[in-house]
Amino acid sequence: MFYREAGQYKTTYSADQAVFPILQDRIGIFVILLLAFVVVPMTVSGFVLSSVLIPIMVFALAAIGLNLLTGYTGLLSLGTGGFMGVGAYACYKLTTFFPDVNIIVLILASGLFSAAIGALFGLPSLRIKGFYLAVATLAAQFFLSWCFVRVPWLYNYNVSSAIEVPTRTAFGVHVTGPNATPVTRYLVVLSIVVLLTWIASNLVRGRIGRMWMAVRDMDIAAELIGIKLYQTKLIAFAISSYFCGVAGAMMIFLWFGSAEADSFSITQSFLVLFMVIIGGLGSLLGSFFGAIFILGLPIMLRTLPELFGLTIRAATVEHLQFMITGALIIVFLVIEPHGLARLWQIGKQKLRVWPFPY
Amino acid sequence: MRLKYLAIGAAVAAMTGGSVIAANAQAQEIYVPLATYRTGPFAGSGIHIANGMHDYLDMLNARDGGIGGVKLNIEECETGYDTKKGLECYEQVKAKKPVIFNPWSTGITLGVIPKASVDKIPILSMAYGLSASAVGNDFPWIFNPPATYWDGLSMIFRYIGGKEGGLDKLKGKTIGFIFLDAGYGREPIPLLDQLAKDYGFTVKQYPVPGAEMQNQSAQWLNVRRDKPDYMIMWGWGAMNPTAVKEAAKISYPMDHFISVWWGGSEDDALPAGADAKGYLALNFSAVGPNFPAIKDIQKLVVDAGKSQTAKDKVGTSHYNKGVYNSVLIAEAIRNAQKITGKKVVDGADVRRGLETLNITAARWKELGLPEFGSPLTGVSCTDHNGHQSAYMQQWDGAKWVKVSDWIAPMKDKVRPLLEAAAKDYVSKDAAWPKRTEPCDKSS
Repeated sequence: MFYREAGQYKTTYSADQAVFPILQDRIGIFVILLLAFVVVPMTVSGFVLSSVLIPIMVFALAAIGLNLLTGYTGLLSLGTGGFMGVGAYACYKLTTFFPDVNIIVLILASGLFSAAIGALFGLPSLRIKGFYLAVATLAAQFFLSWCFVRVPWLYNYNVSSAIEVPTRTAFGVHVTGPNATPVTRYLVVLSIVVLLTWIASNLVRGRIGRMWMAVRDMDIAAELIGIKLYQTKLIAFAISSYFCGVAGAMMIFLWFGSAEADSFSITQSFLVLFMVIIGGLGSLLGSFFGAIFILGLPIMLRTLPELFGLTIRAATVEHLQFMITGALIIVFLVIEPHGLARLWQIGKQKLRVWPFPY
Repeated sequence: MRLKYLAIGAAVAAMTGGSVIAANAQAQEIYVPLATYRTGPFAGSGIHIANGMHDYLDMLNARDGGIGGVKLNIEECETGYDTKKGLECYEQVKAKKPVIFNPWSTGITLGVIPKASVDKIPILSMAYGLSASAVGNDFPWIFNPPATYWDGLSMIFRYIGGKEGGLDKLKGKTIGFIFLDAGYGREPIPLLDQLAKDYGFTVKQYPVPGAEMQNQSAQWLNVRRDKPDYMIMWGWGAMNPTAVKEAAKISYPMDHFISVWWGGSEDDALPAGADAKGYLALNFSAVGPNFPAIKDIQKLVVDAGKSQTAKDKVGTSHYNKGVYNSVLIAEAIRNAQKITGKKVVDGADVRRGLETLNITAARWKELGLPEFGSPLTGVSCTDHNGHQSAYMQQWDGAKWVKVSDWIAPMKDKVRPLLEAAAKDYVSKDAAWPKRTEPCDKSS
């Protein structure tokens, strides 16, 4: 009744090709952005900002990165953790060399290093496919983890082989380091994520995205219509790694504040892959759903017993949370194997015809 | 239909989960959060430590009604030895004004070090974490008594020196160093290299990657080839029992195999059973339940059913390290009450309490823990560690036996390295805050 596009006529091509062609969607996204940028920072506590929302945003960006590669181009990768690490270490080295440059610029620039490394490890992707490519990217993951421990130059010869984020300001406000308020860090993360998501959404709707999807659906057919496979796959690796690299840099600089090599272990790669699968392959919105589901839900579950005044031991809550999250993953995948994004789409379709379904 | 329920369910979940728990700190309590890990890959070690920490504080509540008449509000937060969850714990407890935070993982410690001075929460990382944080002038809010890893290594060398009849006898010998290939395991290497230069021995390194903790056959094959005269181990979790088993398998002389204190738990030696006989480990807290305070724990906490500890695990090596950690917490709070004259102290007061920490042999006895640890007297405003002595314990096939007196670290070799490391840490961050906290006289 409310969510219906009847009567909304498009008179120009650009209106027809808009990201959100339906008025209600435009209003919806505006409300969400308003909530995220204005209402949330004013109302929500520092704990929720720094332990729930910032992690979700960071991982949503990493999931978008992997989704571009796995969901849109059909190349399975297990190197996400490593690529995130490249971003983080690159940002650390950059800010060591250029301490006065705005840290936000450096975070965005550190993705470029990750993109280069990603493209390098994407080289075998023309020859090998599917699970075999996953194994090749696994090699990237192990090689990069090895580098983070074994190349002391990367962490400035620190005795504990960890990177410590120094205090940096942008526009006169503390952005990293202990004096940066959760609100500042949240707003920076949110702005970067919104900007990059907007870029990604235009990428996948444009020529490059169509090339990716053609390769995903059938690479021989794509080659026949004149798409250069090698280039397309390498671009996918580079752009995907860029997103992951920026997410990694944000993770360390705007969330952890310090990192050891095992922050970028294989576990991280799997975590992001699960987000993509549960959120929905080939959907940007799904990446957000996946991050909320995998990262946000456990935290909410952990706070639930306290909310109802129950005192359950910390370890028991942890076990319960594993069981419940695991069960929910199975339930959701049984109900909708195409992920939460598909569920959302079905919901929208039902809303359209409500209250007179046919 | 199904979708409708799903949508309603999601909405309910979002509403309940989204709202935040308001911190409702009661005025007449001291809030002591304990970051513990009873789950995850290192839970085997973590459970005993968590039990020891929790039970001692519970016992104080039950026996003395808290500290100085104020009840302790003890709350565990589960980290799973994961930095992400540990930082989440820190943010969660921060709102409730904790008087102290024990991270119990090197990664979490590194993450909270810069935050401590801003949030005014002292960090107690007992013999782990960042060694350089022992320099109180640069890290006024971080404490890592009783000894750093570098102290530990120097104590191991003193022990070896004692056995060989002088450290200069090490000339031309080979020392093997098997370690967890992470920040923690790599930390002793600078001192090891320096000692090698000073005393003329060669060092062979055997790194064990974290993912390969339980598969060390390659490393021990090399050990068999190199035949080092001594093996020193810096391991954690499943790495320790695996190493002990592998050493037994190649019949390495176990009394030449020495671990730092984190490899000195019963669970590290038990899997190899009688084969592990002779295996050595440093320790800074006594093993066994035969102390009046631990008897009190058994009576008031464990037998009263208020604990998660299995009865036969009270007094094991790692359990007692947990107790040691809680003794430090309790003494710091007591000191803080003495200095400020307040009953309900806050984080800033407890920081002063930690800086004046002074547990003499007589005080250990008063606490009902005679000879439990070496006298902890060296902590001051400049020295947040104390560089206390530890002793060597040996596995007799069924239990740990103390085989040495207290061994003092080589402070002259360790302190310059610490100062340099602290300077290095601080110099990397131009905005690192200068110490403004005044210094109290030691009580």
